[in-house]
Amino acid sequence: MEISRHWRLRKQRYALVGEVCPHCEAKLFPPRDICPECGQEARTLYQFSGRGEVYSYTTVYEPPAGYEENAPYTVALIKLEEGPIVTAQLTDLGDQPVEIGTPVEMVTRRLRQDGDERGMIVYGYKFRPALARVAA
Amino acid sequence: MMSEVVIAGIGQTPVEEHWDKSLRELGLMALEAAVQDSGGLRPQALYVGNMFAPQLSRQAHLGALIADFAGLTGIEAVTIEAGGASGGAALRAAYLAVASGAVDVAMALGVEKFSDVIGAEVDAALATGGDSDYEAVQGLTPTAQAALLMRRYLYEYDVPRQAFAGFPIIAHANGVHNPNAMFRKAISAEVYQQASVVSDPLNLFDVAPLADGAAAVLLTRADLLPPAFPHRLARIAASSMATDTLALHDRPDPLEFRAARLSVERACEKARIVPAQVDIFELHDAYSIYAVLSLEAAGFAERGQGWKLAQNGAEPAVVSLRGSLPISVLGGFKARGNPGGAAGVYQAVEAALQLRGEARENQSPHARRVMIQNLAGPASSAVTHILEALD
Repeated sequence: MEISRHWRLRKQRYALVGEVCPHCEAKLFPPRDICPECGQEARTLYQFSGRGEVYSYTTVYEPPAGYEENAPYTVALIKLEEGPIVTAQLTDLGDQPVEIGTPVEMVTRRLRQDGDERGMIVYGYKFRPALARVAA
Repeated sequence: MMSEVVIAGIGQTPVEEHWDKSLRELGLMALEAAVQDSGGLRPQALYVGNMFAPQLSRQAHLGALIADFAGLTGIEAVTIEAGGASGGAALRAAYLAVASGAVDVAMALGVEKFSDVIGAEVDAALATGGDSDYEAVQGLTPTAQAALLMRRYLYEYDVPRQAFAGFPIIAHANGVHNPNAMFRKAISAEVYQQASVVSDPLNLFDVAPLADGAAAVLLTRADLLPPAFPHRLARIAASSMATDTLALHDRPDPLEFRAARLSVERACEKARIVPAQVDIFELHDAYSIYAVLSLEAAGFAERGQGWKLAQNGAEPAVVSLRGSLPISVLGGFKARGNPGGAAGVYQAVEAALQLRGEARENQSPHARRVMIQNLAGPASSAVTHILEALD
């Protein structure tokens, strides 16, 4: 069930909370406590905007256990506008073709379900094409 | 002063779905074959390279399990786990044990048993080799990750999609004469082109098949070999390991296999050679894109150019068996099969066959020095060894 494990990650999963290095200003997601840029301690929380673009993407047809109901699904590397790259599923794609460079924004979705309908559901970030900015 | 470490014995099982054999039985087959090949040397220490037994066979503690089953109760024995590089890491542990003088005879045994579980459970186990909290939770699989790298590679370097065909074609051609290979059938460029998509842009032939297998290498010092040792002698000239970020997304440049590069640099420094002085490079072709990125990381090609080494021109491709830098000489991961945490030990067995001149139809005529490299995931760990013929 791993309830406490998913609970510990709630800030990252629901709000893209990473860190900013107080020494060299590097933005870090996921949080890692030691800055890979300057090697010093980095524990200052920093909330990312959730905006970015597709760095690469592919489709998973044979999903791991727990992900069957979404398959096939698109998984991508997203380059956040603050710099870091994250691994995340793309969602709400409709008929829109995905390309490297497509602008995307974070949304909260169901990631996986353990066991039957009474199993724990894990929510977290996915990314969708950046509709808001297109409309504006 | 480090002792010179020689290969006293080698053993392997065929790589396939061994429905009728258990983890311990597979391990024993390879172990016994290596002991017999050495003329009966008894290992004092056993390093078991394995990644999935706790998840797929519900069995941890493989050191005691296999030492016990092999009638070696009492010896030192331990599992070495480094994801897909577990076999290479076990070989390094055995090498260090003998080189340091702590142990006279050490065995590296790689063993993996996938086929006790099928389908989504295997994919879930595979995903644990990456970052569970930030990669696997998103439904990312190792195959999808390789596809992400391949798409980015095609985009950044403007490479024709068909350029990757050369790697599985060469691997399959080399697997035809390997009795331990899972696939012993050559494939054509047309077959590659028509293969079904696994995770776009990866097709079926860009992905090495996972299967069961065990391989063993017995190491010792030359002065401890039996008097009538029947094989040409090969030594381990260098052993090295390097790590990179566990998660692919944490790298400033995902297309650089930095750990692969570092481990090659360290191994070459220890062996006092440059990479161009190796006669064979047995690389980690779990995916065709990994073969390309490994060739570039080792310095055999510029960034974005590695795919050219598998293209046929007036001469055979550079990395074909008749080229100047053969890879996958007994089929590689693609045709021999990918036995997970055992793969790195298979590479050592195959390198030893080449250095002894015992590779038959696949013998590379000038094999005096072989570099083998075993990766975990997208080179999150990289283990490199350089083996040399001694006479």
